[in-house]
Amino acid sequence: MAELTIHGLHKRFGPVEVLRGIDLKVSSGEFAVLVGPSGCGKSTLLRTIAGLEDIDRGTIEIDGREVNDVRPRDRDIAMVFQNYALYPYMNVSDNIAFGLRARRTPEAETQRRVRSAAELLGIGGLLERYPRHLSGGQRQRVAIGRAIVRNPKLFLFDEPLSNLDAQLRDEMRSEIKRLHQDLAATMIYVTHDQIEAMTLADRIVLMNSGQIEQVGAPLDLYDRPATRFVAGFLGSPKINLLQGRLVANGRGLAFEASDGTSLALPAGLAAAAHAHVDRSVTLGVRPQHIGEATAIAGPNEVTLRTAIELVQPTGSRTYVTARLADAAIVAETDAHAALRPGATIDLAFDMGHAILIDPESGKVFAHGLAE
Amino acid sequence: MNARRRLALPLRYAAAIAFTLFFIFPVYWLFIISFKTPAEIFSYPPVWYPKSIQFANYWVLFKDGDAFTVWNSLVLASISTLIAMVLGTMCAYSLVRFRTGGENLAVWIISQRLMPPIAIIFPIFLLYVWLGWVDTYHGLIILYTAFSLPYVIWMMRGYIEEVPIELEESALVDGCTRWEVLWKVVFPMVRAGLFATAVFTFVFAWNDFIFALVLTRTEVITYTVQVTHYFGGQSNFWAKIAAMSVLGTVPIFLAVATMQRFLVRGISMGAVKG
Repeated sequence: MAELTIHGLHKRFGPVEVLRGIDLKVSSGEFAVLVGPSGCGKSTLLRTIAGLEDIDRGTIEIDGREVNDVRPRDRDIAMVFQNYALYPYMNVSDNIAFGLRARRTPEAETQRRVRSAAELLGIGGLLERYPRHLSGGQRQRVAIGRAIVRNPKLFLFDEPLSNLDAQLRDEMRSEIKRLHQDLAATMIYVTHDQIEAMTLADRIVLMNSGQIEQVGAPLDLYDRPATRFVAGFLGSPKINLLQGRLVANGRGLAFEASDGTSLALPAGLAAAAHAHVDRSVTLGVRPQHIGEATAIAGPNEVTLRTAIELVQPTGSRTYVTARLADAAIVAETDAHAALRPGATIDLAFDMGHAILIDPESGKVFAHGLAE
Repeated sequence: MNARRRLALPLRYAAAIAFTLFFIFPVYWLFIISFKTPAEIFSYPPVWYPKSIQFANYWVLFKDGDAFTVWNSLVLASISTLIAMVLGTMCAYSLVRFRTGGENLAVWIISQRLMPPIAIIFPIFLLYVWLGWVDTYHGLIILYTAFSLPYVIWMMRGYIEEVPIELEESALVDGCTRWEVLWKVVFPMVRAGLFATAVFTFVFAWNDFIFALVLTRTEVITYTVQVTHYFGGQSNFWAKIAAMSVLGTVPIFLAVATMQRFLVRGISMGAVKG
């Protein structure tokens, strides 16, 4: 277990600055997930932590010791790669033992630790096999085994599940989470998959074009995104973003779409939005906060009548696409609601969960949910 | 099976056998002459196979010390191959992983190989006379190594490029130094390529004639040069020529036979991603 601290980290590849001033602290025993679109620098950041890439500026500290110029082998970290990186000419047992042997661990101790790691991952019966005889999931287990057997200070995962099919990915995700609970080790995990980030992380580090956009607990980021980018990146289907103006009327503030449709803001949201009256704003509402209106409206609900364009059942919920002003909006409805394209629907907006974004800066300036 | 295909198969076999005989026969003839008596060699009609196998032709080569030239070839080819493989693989690794010399160095290196030996042999001869390296093992070993290096670097560069970099990075993180990565990860991964390249490098040195002809006198004559001594103005010593040629063929034959598995894999490696 170890603590990781990064200060003012810069890294460029030729003319491209891929990391632009990263400040990050990962506490001992924490599971931090670096997530972001491809090219955002998350893998590069992980590789600088591993020592596989040099840095141009800033410091990286593991347990208070600066490791900028420390070789990868002396950082006491273990890394799991996307393509498993198993040695094809060694059997499973030798693959797992590789790191221990490289560090001259006594052979009896090596054998004992290889067996216990293999048992923990349920691959005890495969020790004599070669990687080419293993399935994708088994290979990934071996790769993880090779990491945990060393009992390192820090675990680094570089998109370890992206080569697996969907079902196996779910399974391995739970296993990694369980492993983290059992080992209570500090883990840093890179993924582009927001579901993986949400389910695994103690803390999500959301990156965008070489910078950290927001850091926080998964639900914190989901409920109270700091920027338009964060709001759009987390959540599936994506958050609905509507362009319009903020207007004041007799009863308080309202969001007015381009076609004049008006959505009244609840007091909580309005309180933070006064400075933006008569200016253009972006309203964000997640699909699960827009539903089919029921007889009894909630306290912050605003109902609108519109036509259904598209119906997409997923089994547990059904997603309905409808039109509001010039934007398509997605609402989440009951799976068994009888809905057809072309029919009219009364949509209830839960404005208590809405956010308001300044379209120029992209910053969220008002959250419906109280802090 | 239709009539055309029934006919096609025997025809194909017949063609294959004819081609095989065409190419195998000279080798057979060489071997068989080396076991013949002088009378059998010059008899007409030719003796297709000798009545009895006799080793007199070989015995003469060993008795006169001529067979020692095969040993010379073996020493020169083995040591120069070993040095070229070690140096060349390290150079190739550096070219691939550290981008040494940028894009063009690798092409420049292989271009050195395109130079015809005859173009440089006389300047080298003069240099060697000045250095006192003519007719020495180290003189020829250095020359063969220098000539093989571009080929080894070029070939090994291709094989090393195929090694997934994550394997090396994983080893670095797991506690290996660069040298250990080279030894424990890169060498096992390119093993087939190493053997294939080594065989070709060895064969080049083994078959060299022009360098050995100009740069040896009496001490380190190779078997290829020795064979030419049996062509005389008055007569050719066919028995000796055949026996010496067989001695020179056998090591290569054994090397290729034992390495065949690696050769096929090494040559085809990199052609398709596997």
